[in-house]
Formats: sequence, C-alpha cells, structure tokens
Amino acid sequence: MTSVEVKNLTKEFHIRNGMKRSTLTAVDRVSFDLLPGRTVALVGESGSGKSTIARMLARLEKPTSGSIDVTLDDRTPVHGSVYRRHVQMVFQDPFASLNPFHSIEHHVARPLKIHRRTRGAAETHERVVHMLERVNLSPAEDIAARRPHELSGGQRQRVAIARALAPGAQVLIADEPVSMLDVSIRLGVLNLMARLQREDNLAVLYITHDLATARHFSDEILVLYRGRVVERGPADSVILNPQHDYTKLLAASAPDPERMGKLVRAAGAPDRSGIDNSVSFNHYTGEWTSLDKRPVPVS
Amino acid sequence: MTNLTPTTEPSVADADEALAATAREEGRKPRAGWRAMLPSMTPSLVIGFGIVAAIVLFGLLGPLFVQDPTTVRNSGLQPPGGGHLLGTTQTGQDVLAQLAFATRGSLEIGLIVGVLATLLSAFFGVLGAYLGGFADEAFSLFSNVMLVIPGLPLVIVISGFVPQEQRGLWTIAVVLAITGWAASARVLRAQTLSLRNRDYVAASRVAGERSWRVIAVEILPNLLPVIASQFVFAVIFAILSEAGLAFLGLGASNSSTLGTMLFYAQNGFALQLKAWWWFVPPGLIIALLGCGLSLINFSIDEIINPKLRNVRAHAKRMRIARKAAAR
Repeated sequence: MTSVEVKNLTKEFHIRNGMKRSTLTAVDRVSFDLLPGRTVALVGESGSGKSTIARMLARLEKPTSGSIDVTLDDRTPVHGSVYRRHVQMVFQDPFASLNPFHSIEHHVARPLKIHRRTRGAAETHERVVHMLERVNLSPAEDIAARRPHELSGGQRQRVAIARALAPGAQVLIADEPVSMLDVSIRLGVLNLMARLQREDNLAVLYITHDLATARHFSDEILVLYRGRVVERGPADSVILNPQHDYTKLLAASAPDPERMGKLVRAAGAPDRSGIDNSVSFNHYTGEWTSLDKRPVPVS
Repeated sequence: MTNLTPTTEPSVADADEALAATAREEGRKPRAGWRAMLPSMTPSLVIGFGIVAAIVLFGLLGPLFVQDPTTVRNSGLQPPGGGHLLGTTQTGQDVLAQLAFATRGSLEIGLIVGVLATLLSAFFGVLGAYLGGFADEAFSLFSNVMLVIPGLPLVIVISGFVPQEQRGLWTIAVVLAITGWAASARVLRAQTLSLRNRDYVAASRVAGERSWRVIAVEILPNLLPVIASQFVFAVIFAILSEAGLAFLGLGASNSSTLGTMLFYAQNGFALQLKAWWWFVPPGLIIALLGCGLSLINFSIDEIINPKLRNVRAHAKRMRIARKAAAR
C-alpha cells in the first residue's frame, strides 16, 4: 500500500505583463495526507488552486516549495519513474483526455507496457479487456477496438479510470471527474470509483466543487480558498457545522431548498428573505456589504 | 412562424439507423485509426488523383518508350504528326521525348523539395513548440527570419552564386527547400502549441511516456493531415519555382525539366514562329499538375476541417433517407 504525505506545498506563477512582473500564489502552504482506503476531498471555487495541487501531485508541475513524499508500507520512499506507477490521475474532461487518433485499447495498453505489467501482445490484450470489464465497460472486446469519439462521456471517463488504474496505481487523483458528465451518469461513475477504492484499497484525492458528493464520498474535506486551506475536518462536520465564512457560503450554495436560507442566516448574514436585494456577499473579504460598500451590521 | 404540419422530409436520424443496420448486417468493423485519416473518395480527390497519377506514370514510364531527346535532326520545327507525335523543336529534337524526360526531372525536384521542406518544417515547428522556452523562441525566431526573406530573389542570388557546372538537381532542390519550409513550420508550431496543452498529452505524460514518444505517437498523428497538405503544397511550390528559375536560365544544369523546355522554347522564338507544340505541352503539364495536386489538397482539407466533412456526410445521409422513404 502506498500513502502520500503533502507538506507545505506552495506553487507560485510568475506573470509577466509587459514590463510589469507579478507573482500569483496559486497554492499556499497546503498540507494533507492520503492514506490507503481513505478519500480526501478538496473543495473550492474555480481558481482556488485545486487543479494545481492535482497537477503537482501528478508531476505535471513542479512545486515552488514544500514536499510530496510517497512512501510504501515499510516506509521506503518512492522516487523517479516508479512514482508514476503509484500515483495516477483522472482528468476533468473525458472529451479531451483521450487521444482521438488512438483506439481505447491503445490508451489502456500503453501504461501496462510502460510499467511492464504484462509481457507479450496476447497478455496485454487480455489485461486490457480485464481492466475495461472492471470499470463496467461491456462488451469489453468491442469497446477496446473503438475510438474515443464512438463512446459517450461516461464511457470515456470509465476508460480514463481504467487507464489510471492500469499500472497498478495505489493513489488516485480525481480532478473533478464528473463535472463534465451528464447529471444522470455522475452517480454511476462515482459509485464505480468508490467500488474500485474498496477493492484495491486506494488512496483517493477527490477534487470537486460539489459539496454534496464531497460529503458522500469522502472521509476528510479540505476547503480551499485562494490557494489556502481555510477549513478542514471530517466530511460531515465541515458540511453540517461550517466555521469559516467561505465554507458557509459554499454550504449555502448547495441547492437544498429547506436548509438554504437558514444556514446563510445562521452564518451571521442579514435576513434576505424579504425583498432587500441591496446587500451582497464579497467573496474576497468574506463580508456582507450593502450597495455603497459599507459592511452590513450583523443582525 | 411555427409550422405544425408534419414535414414529408425524411429524418436524418432514420438514415443513421439505416446506415448502422447495414453496417451490422455486413459485420463491418468501425474505421480504425489509420483508415479514418485517409480522405474519403470525393469527386475532387478522384479527379486530382487521376491527373497526378497520369502525369507521374508519364514521367516514370515515358522516358523508356520515347526516342532520344537530344538527337539533332535536319527536320526542324515540324508540326505534330509523322514520325514525331508532338512535332520537333528548332533543332529537330523530338518534343514528346523531351517532354517525358522533362516531366521526370520536374517530378524529381518536386519530390525532393517536398520531402526536405516537410522534414525541416516538422523539425522546427513541432519540436520547438513541444519543448517550449528557449528552444521555442530560437526556432520561431529562425523561421520568422526565413519567412521574411523574399523567396525568389534569394533563390536567384543563391543559384547565381553557385557556379553553373556545380548547379545540379540537388543544389536547386536544397535551395528551394531552404526557402520554402518556413510558412509550414509556423502553421505546425501553432497547431502543436494547441495540441501539447490538450489533456490527452498530459495524460500520456502522467502514464509515464517519454518525450519522443509523446511527440511521435500522441501529437504527430494528429498533425498528419496538416503535414500531408503542406507536403503537397511544397511539391507544387517546388515545381513552379523550379520552372520559374529554369525559365530565367538559373535551373539545374545537368537535368532537363519543364522549365528548361520553356526556356529553350522562349530562346528559339517558339511563340513568334507559332510553334505551339513546343511550348504548350510543358506549360499544360505544369498547369495540370498544379491543378491535380491542389484538388488532392482540398480533399485533405476535409480531414483538417471536420465541418466540411459533416456537410458531405449530411448530404449522403439525406440521400439515403430519401431513398428509404421512396421505397
């Protein structure tokens, strides 16, 4: 079993705009652990640094500072090319993450060949079919011969999951795996990931902006806001008893008609049940303001 | 206005089903990777391919059957007919024989330049864009410099600079390749920049693919239609430029091409002597070859631009649907 320890992970992007140079801190001292069999959810709005963390874990970006330590059960560290055998990633957009030129078989067979999981064409093919069957793609023989444009979004995302698990990965980074899918098939893909996690005892980092699925599928939730972890804790307590204003806002944005108004008000916001539309929540200061930018007194 | 009367036009969805049904019946497999890259048989492709194939066959096999193109006879400027199918030149050389050898020479130049220019543009365009950073800046600066250098004057200067006895087929081909690759490299660079940021390239890197494999297996196949059309364009460019150079007297010294034929026809006052059989055949072959290659290029366009393909696919489906409705 493989676990990941992320310590003080920081990523800065240098932006050059004409003569001006500025630094954007996309991820600011984020720490968390990924343990076998457990799911950590990263929640936050667009631009909060969720995907940058995923890309750093997948070694697509280099961290500016901080460390990502992947260790086996006996505490031996995982380095170099072996890293990719242990840590794999599922991308957000299944319509972009499969090469339109290659067959499904190619996508699943390549990681098997790169990491020498199989020998010979026959064994590789057998393994590819097995992987496709594991992600509920049947008839697997038929689907292996197809090309990405002949599959639906849900099927493509299953192929992407099969590809990620093909090298025998123990750590799975799922970067908003269902946000591009039809609502009707999201649950199927999420349940599939939960089943695979149980079977393989995977450590999963689940990145999302959907609090409902984060609560349902994860053990721990980290709320990310402008690159910083503003709140963390067991899934249920973060959702049901949010402490930080931003988490309260996120929880309140979830479309739950019964709870919505109450939560916002409980968070210390003005009563908006009337027709007073002159106040708005400022995402960046975490305050309610009226139209003339004065903070609204908490009732 | 809403039209509530049901249309008699058969629906495209029905045709889709009909197509799928016939495919199932015949047990056809879906088109695999390489086959889908081939352009489908459109009228323009068939015509273009026919023209080019005929000219290539003539250039390949023609020289085996014709007389010696250099034999000088007393019967100068004979119109077509008699012993000479396309007449003779001023010095009594057989025009058909000259035409066959000249076509072969022009095709050789076109092919060599096409391959060289495509290789150069793929190297500078794809590699620079994939590596990014300093390599990209350097490669793209270099191709920009090559791009703004006016082609034909440079070709004339280089051709004029190389002594005539050394100015062989390969010299001309290299000169044309060096002046002809830059525009294609820029197109390939732009396309690669877009491709390398696609998720599937990132996914293959996460899977552990090496850089050369990412370029060769994940990126390059998606560039093939662009490269193919640029190759065809480079061939047209080379044949036309070589004809232009040769017409100016700056062509290869040891080989005959369509351009050198026109050069000698011009020098021999073919136009003033109304010896049309001397200059029309080489001119016609150049024009037909350019036309045929362009038609092929239009068909390759369909692969690059799926919108064009959809228009035709839709028309085909509608035809099938109408047929099914008529039955």
